[in-house]
Amino acid sequence: MIPARFTYRRVSSVDEALAAVAEHGDDAKLLAGGQSLLPLMKLRFAAPELLIDLGPLDELRYVRREGDEIAVGAMTRYHDLHHDAVLAEHAPLLAHVAGSVGDQQVRHRGTIGGSLVHADPAADLPAAVLAVDGVLVARGPDGERRIPAAEFFQGPFETPLAPEELLTEVRVPVQDGAGWGFEKFTRRAIDWAIVGVVVAGRAVSLINMGGTPLRASAVEAALAEGASAAEAAALAAEGTSPADEAHATSEYREHLARVLTERALVSAGVS
Amino acid sequence: MKVSIEINGTTVSEEVEDRTLLVHFVREQAGLTATNIGCDTTSCGACTVLLDGESVKSCTVLAAQADGHRVTTLEGLRGEGGDLHPVQRAFREEHGLQCGFCTPGMIMASVSLLDHNPKPTRQEVRDGLEGNLCRCTGYHNIVNAVMNASGQEVQR
Repeated sequence: MIPARFTYRRVSSVDEALAAVAEHGDDAKLLAGGQSLLPLMKLRFAAPELLIDLGPLDELRYVRREGDEIAVGAMTRYHDLHHDAVLAEHAPLLAHVAGSVGDQQVRHRGTIGGSLVHADPAADLPAAVLAVDGVLVARGPDGERRIPAAEFFQGPFETPLAPEELLTEVRVPVQDGAGWGFEKFTRRAIDWAIVGVVVAGRAVSLINMGGTPLRASAVEAALAEGASAAEAAALAAEGTSPADEAHATSEYREHLARVLTERALVSAGVS
Repeated sequence: MKVSIEINGTTVSEEVEDRTLLVHFVREQAGLTATNIGCDTTSCGACTVLLDGESVKSCTVLAAQADGHRVTTLEGLRGEGGDLHPVQRAFREEHGLQCGFCTPGMIMASVSLLDHNPKPTRQEVRDGLEGNLCRCTGYHNIVNAVMNASGQEVQR
């Protein structure tokens, strides 16, 4: 499979990338790690006229602690996140989730920024960033703006970013001491989750239980009132709208959400 | 566009379409056909090569993205004098292949795995190779081969 014709352009700075998208708008698409975009282009589900490769932007490849937050550059790869010492100490959940995305080869290329902007409801990192109340930092022609994860995922593959904006950074609060859990069920080892659950402290988010990653509000409310892991997990499917497909009916997904939520809560230290 | 990639120590420069995939560049421009196109959907790993020393699926990287970078394919693993790479030798010793179509990708992924984790457990080998599919389902000997290559005990 070969993508439709496009013009490839490599940029060497964020400013250069911004100038390129300002000039070309909707005709252009930004290429980060390419592990979701290139398969879509090969299937001709996406056919941008101009592909702007952010690959050389090492300025967006970092993890650093800044006060009570951890700043992660958008071009930081899953492999980097999985092996990062700062994350291991202050946000082990993110390091763990990044280490379970796709496979070794995909993790060597895929980036956190690419995953978040792609906004696939079946992806792991968006749900993890949602669970920890992360903030996404975007740069555009009018400067920088910060968008809470809760406002960022608007629909399947839909975010509030304008074509001329670029996600530069993700900021997450330091998770010191907070229990966490992550469970996902896939058909094959490397596959997208049929359903996944991320628990960070008493926050719970669900993968692939609707058009966006979702916070399991009913579970969180029950936990706040002192419910056990089993009691709270029984409410995991409340308010969700999981897809009904040949290989996973909506009822099956709801069942999985309850089972996996209980396991993730137990991992996080909720009894 | 003109793409120049150092492949196995030799720079290959060719004029290609912007949409050319790395796997096609390796096979058609560089003439190195150990790298196979299996599923062509980032699933099977038959096209795995090392890009700047890290395993990647070359059906999901543009040749243009590798421009100015360093690629290693299976052909580049042999040492001077033609000695097999320790991972290749281990695959032979443990019979870590059946039809062999997946083998180049398995070996490249194993090299990358051992580079990051020189003494993996059997489970870590299985996790590390999850992106490489063997449709003969010969995984057991492949895990043995990686354990052998890492100098660890092999389960019979």
